[in-house]
Amino acid sequence: MRKGEKWFGLLFTFCVMAVFWVLLSGIFDAFHLISGLVCCAIVAIISRDLLVNGKSENKLLKSLRLIMYIPWELWQIVLANIDVAYRVLHPKMPIDPLIIEFETILRGELSLLTLANSITLTPGTITLLVEPERGKFWVHAIAKEPAHALLVDQTMQRKVAHVFMET
Amino acid sequence: MIIVHVVVTALLGTGVFFAMVGSIGLLRFPDFYTRLHATGKCDTLGAGLVILGAMVYHFFQYPETLLVPAKLAFLILFIFIANPTATHAIMKAAYKTGVEPWRLGEERR
Repeated sequence: MRKGEKWFGLLFTFCVMAVFWVLLSGIFDAFHLISGLVCCAIVAIISRDLLVNGKSENKLLKSLRLIMYIPWELWQIVLANIDVAYRVLHPKMPIDPLIIEFETILRGELSLLTLANSITLTPGTITLLVEPERGKFWVHAIAKEPAHALLVDQTMQRKVAHVFMET
Repeated sequence: MIIVHVVVTALLGTGVFFAMVGSIGLLRFPDFYTRLHATGKCDTLGAGLVILGAMVYHFFQYPETLLVPAKLAFLILFIFIANPTATHAIMKAAYKTGVEPWRLGEERR
């Protein structure tokens, strides 16, 4: 880990901790603020490489792209819920579950996590297993159409790859 | 103020509706995996909408304590990260221990 990365990780962890302290305590006198900052500093020194590990570059751009990705994901969640509500409340229950598998070009931990959680939250699909070495996913789909969307369109894979720049 | 009440009621109502759909799905769907489809998705949005309603209400009713809506916002964030992860963990455990997925035309379990 380079020196700049180390300091960035330390400072970033410290800032996140400090914001959380202020948020959760809600007391703004000198004693509580200072004791909180001291605790944040200790925690940041001990666990700085948990939150930020210095392998990847362009953290700022990636965070920005992740923030751009979240509204689309929220909209997908709403669609997923309407889809499930339709399938649950329909008298004939139009479900036809199947398990599909596919490989992606993603390798990073964070990008695999994002894709796995996105698949779980979007219409009709839940991630069963992930194999990080080959970027392989096993997905349980509730019907043919959602499985088709993942296998053929691959909108989500492309969006996640764009966010983490692993195209 | 009436608009705030309407918005809050709509948010709470939609949230409760999705939570209820999740519960009905848990009872109606035929096997383990499909039941997780119902609970894993609907509970996320249902809880999120109910908390969002509480946030809006608190923001306009008690504007002097802004920390409470901020805490609630973080609650939503954590639910949206933790819920799919937990669903995935349960699914994976079931798949590895050999729970057979239900196929169309089979008897419900």
